[in-house]
Amino acid sequence: MSSFSLEEAALMVEKPEKSEPLGLFFWICVFWIGLNVFGAIFANVLPLPNPLTENFNAINVGPGLHHLFGTDDLGRDIFSRIVYGSRVSITVGIGAILIGFGVGAPLGMLAAYRRGRFDSFLTTIMYVLLAFPAIIATIAVLSFWTPRSLFKIIVVIGVASIPLVYRVIRTATLSVATKDYVIAAKVQGATDRRILMKELLPNIAPIAVSFFLIGVATVITLEGALAFLGLSVNPPTPSWGNMINEARTVLTQNVWLAFFPSLALCLFLIALNFIGDRIRSHFDVTEVKL
Amino acid sequence: MLRYLTKRLMLLVGIVFVISVGSFYLIHLLPGNPATVILGFGASPEAKAILYKQLGLSKPIYLQYFVWLGNILHGNLGISFISQTTVSSVIRSALPIDAEIIILSQIMAFAAAIPTAMRSARKPDGIIDRVLGATSFTLLSIPPYILIVVLVLFISIKLGVSGTGPSAYVSLGTDWITNLESLSLPAFTLATVSFVVYYRILRSDLIATLQEEFITMARSKGISQRRIMWCHAFRPSSVALLGAASVNIGGLLAAGFVVQYLLQIPGLGYTLILAINESDFLVVQGIVLTVSVLVVAINFFFDFVINMVDPRISRE
Repeated sequence: MSSFSLEEAALMVEKPEKSEPLGLFFWICVFWIGLNVFGAIFANVLPLPNPLTENFNAINVGPGLHHLFGTDDLGRDIFSRIVYGSRVSITVGIGAILIGFGVGAPLGMLAAYRRGRFDSFLTTIMYVLLAFPAIIATIAVLSFWTPRSLFKIIVVIGVASIPLVYRVIRTATLSVATKDYVIAAKVQGATDRRILMKELLPNIAPIAVSFFLIGVATVITLEGALAFLGLSVNPPTPSWGNMINEARTVLTQNVWLAFFPSLALCLFLIALNFIGDRIRSHFDVTEVKL
Repeated sequence: MLRYLTKRLMLLVGIVFVISVGSFYLIHLLPGNPATVILGFGASPEAKAILYKQLGLSKPIYLQYFVWLGNILHGNLGISFISQTTVSSVIRSALPIDAEIIILSQIMAFAAAIPTAMRSARKPDGIIDRVLGATSFTLLSIPPYILIVVLVLFISIKLGVSGTGPSAYVSLGTDWITNLESLSLPAFTLATVSFVVYYRILRSDLIATLQEEFITMARSKGISQRRIMWCHAFRPSSVALLGAASVNIGGLLAAGFVVQYLLQIPGLGYTLILAINESDFLVVQGIVLTVSVLVVAINFFFDFVINMVDPRISRE
């Protein structure tokens, strides 16, 4: 439960005094994300059967007491594979968006704060990169840059997300950078560093957090699509996407094999999207059109 | 208007240049000598000679780009070393299938999104708006590769509707009814993915437009609700919608890849994944280049359309 209370605390800090409550469903979603992250971190401590052990005496068993979600066509425990599979999805989701934010966010803030030639140069480049369909670029690079590994997937998706993060953060900063209190700080002789960190950053934090969560959801969807096409981590390592891919060939024999990973993925995405959306409307930030 | 279009055109040239450099460089991401990796170890000297000529491999890398670009501009994308046909003919036979799926899906998506968004915008936060809002939010979190699996499970396998399952594809030239049957599930999946985006954008824009003064004016003149929606509010609210449709194309193509892969429909996506699995790298490169340039060109076309719909944009 540690990650749950940590996330809760982080959100409580940012909560302003007078605003409507976030609602029960919001906390259910936070709890669900926390549970998934907890499972992903402690998968090998939890009492789960080995996700790679094949058992030919129990092939395509339906859900039951012995195997909670049943077993797949090689007799591997589906529940255990889903918990282990969440590791890949969550790692790729968070890792890639961290790269995107690490590069895109500082550049976006700086461009919106400095304006002028630096801004227009950078913005043009980012718009050129944004025009390139990211998912096709990702498929292309991953199909040539072999052998594929988790690290390469994170890097490729992360780099592809930089222009998008840049655009969102730049737009958000622009709306704050012309406010009176920023000008006041400038007049008082505050350093650029101070203005960026103490005046601008706290004010764009809600939209950044919201976009971070929705971004993680988008990347997880993308990783799922790549895995479905066989371009993500190699089997037998489970991931939600490649479990659905493996289920593709045995759809008629074992419905559960496709059902449970799909359900896990969808519930995780719904929770992430809902939290992101709720945070944005809670802090009443005008909608940035994606 | 002219200045705006010239500016956009220059940007387009820049983007196409970046795409061409990117696609060119893909071959060099391969570990080892491209010729050996592409052709395999047992390749004949003749095949190697053709590949060297196509890619200009014996020259320094910046000259290789120009050799490669020269070939591309002459429509020569190279030869598939698996099927021994030209890459351009592979693309020519696959591309119409993608186009058909996407056009079908867009017709369905717009036909569903426009009336529902208008219904929602008429009474924001009303019961219908809330139900549609919750539904669209849930659909937003269901990726196309899950939706198509669910559809195939229920419609082709459980209900046993013939002509919709995997490898049921029939070409348009053979029989158009069976062709539509075999493409119905893919098109429906892509339509759902687009519908969610279009509905949400059009709804919020319509709500904003309906609060403007010219709408109040129209209402005070006693013009019917329906006429106000279609004749007054729809056009100024459709700019963001067109923008979304334009940005959506890349995602739709990719979603189309996934759907084709599951149902074994020989469009660009299925061809691409087969080529990746067979290490037929020139086919992969050709498809990536074609698709990227197409997406950018379509975006440019939409820019033009958006300008026609709302001329204020180019004056800014």
